[in-house]
Amino acid sequence: MQIYLPIAEVSVNAFLLLGLGGLVGILSGMFGVGGGFLMTPLLFFIGIPPAVAVATEAVQIVASSFSGVLAHLRRKTVDLRMGTVLLIGGLVGAAVGVVLFNYLKSLGQVDLLVKLCYVVFLGIIGGLMFVESWRAIRRSKVVGAPPARRKHGLVHALPLKMKFRVSGLYISVIPPLVVGLLVGILAAIMGVGGGFIMVPAMIYLLGMPTKVVIGTSLFQIIFVTGFTTMLHATTNHTVDIVLAVLLLVGGVIGAQIGTRIGVKMKAEQLRILLAIMVLLVCGKLALALLLVPSELYSLGAGGGH
Amino acid sequence: MFRLIAALVLLVTPLAAEEIVLGLSRDEVAITATFDGSDVMIFGAVKRDAPAPSGGPLEVIITLSGPMAPVLVRRKERVLGIWANTDAVEVDEAPSFYAVATSGPMRDVLTSVEDLRYGITIPRVIRSVGAPSEVVNASTFTEALIRIRAAAGLYQVLDSQVDMEEETLFRGQITLPAALTEGNYTAHIYLTRDGVVVDDYETSIAVFKAGLERWLFEMSRNQPFWYGIMSLAIAISAGWLASAVFRIFQR
Repeated sequence: MQIYLPIAEVSVNAFLLLGLGGLVGILSGMFGVGGGFLMTPLLFFIGIPPAVAVATEAVQIVASSFSGVLAHLRRKTVDLRMGTVLLIGGLVGAAVGVVLFNYLKSLGQVDLLVKLCYVVFLGIIGGLMFVESWRAIRRSKVVGAPPARRKHGLVHALPLKMKFRVSGLYISVIPPLVVGLLVGILAAIMGVGGGFIMVPAMIYLLGMPTKVVIGTSLFQIIFVTGFTTMLHATTNHTVDIVLAVLLLVGGVIGAQIGTRIGVKMKAEQLRILLAIMVLLVCGKLALALLLVPSELYSLGAGGGH
Repeated sequence: MFRLIAALVLLVTPLAAEEIVLGLSRDEVAITATFDGSDVMIFGAVKRDAPAPSGGPLEVIITLSGPMAPVLVRRKERVLGIWANTDAVEVDEAPSFYAVATSGPMRDVLTSVEDLRYGITIPRVIRSVGAPSEVVNASTFTEALIRIRAAAGLYQVLDSQVDMEEETLFRGQITLPAALTEGNYTAHIYLTRDGVVVDDYETSIAVFKAGLERWLFEMSRNQPFWYGIMSLAIAISAGWLASAVFRIFQR
């Protein structure tokens, strides 16, 4: 069934969008990522204009994250205090990111920079996570091996310490604020919720337990992407509500299924799967930059002098 | 007084001996949620007040053009192993949609001089004046624009697809794709003999969003803040609803 999208001004198959939404929703619920880093390139691929895809994806992320966070709240796997600290950094970062984005746009080449950002960050994070979770899986197989000691580094030496009971941490608020800020900047530039950066940052930089990380990440993603949605809707008018509804109907259902799959799996397995997925997307984007494109020319709106 | 009347009569009476009488299957296209392209039938007759003049056969060209807008065409080049946009040329005016249908092969129906004068074929419709001097082969950018839009079904050349009966009745059909831009579309009909235009006729087809599509589009432009709030409200309630429904299922 074809549906005409009022803002994107293209006609697309409704069931295709529902299916895509559902698939990305499952991943979102399993890994605590918004799924934007997968969905946005998929939307480009089916012919949605990039500006509309990025803005509309934010709405879908809000829906699937909210659905996911409710499931986690019931399971008490959301560290609200940590989430709020990350959120404060995230909102400031998103605002900075939008300013930075517009500056890059004035220089031209913003598309390329966004893609390079994707390749570099997905590559680094995917690679690190893969190596780490592979080691963890091998270690868990060796009976009687001593568990890795938690390191006392910079995170514990800084001032302004705060107790995060759900995460079982007593650390300074400065590292989470900085992490939130950096992720917020990247999220605004790359048009994603930033979960795929936030989740590993929480595990490896802040030392939070994996089960708490997912709910907490989803919690702060809701607010950061909600903020991004409002920015896109009021400045660029590129939020397509019809597209968003189709994606989020599939997305919220998928997120519920994904959350249930997620709790049944071991933390190391979850991490290695997420790492493989991140690396696959990274490889796909890198190939697109390196291989000879089938069409060397592209069209854009003129008159923007 | 007599002179004035004579002048008026001269103005009103067409100079051409052959004249177009036109019909359209539709003079407006409403884009609704389930819009999936549309066919426009353009038909008409040739009115004569004298026997058909001698010479080659009478031919018909039908064009349908969407609103004109500037387009920025970018070209990718390999920079340090990575394909990046380097050169860009702004095409001053290009139609968002353009179809040209003829009753015979284009080279027989229209001379290039007449094409230049009336702007009928696609390359003649696209106006590109100022390519930056540092860009070599600026014409390849216009060619790329035509190639990309033709691949999307937005630029159509329908050679010999207008039916012409007895040099009097003609009929052509143009298919509008699903991905259509709003605006006033111009249908132009040309009668030619020996490649020279003997009469032309212009009419317009309004293409607009209707119903829910119209309402949402207007709201996103006129009340962007509330549009954003509405989007978020829908997102939050959908998320909550899915969570609630699944909880019921689990019990």
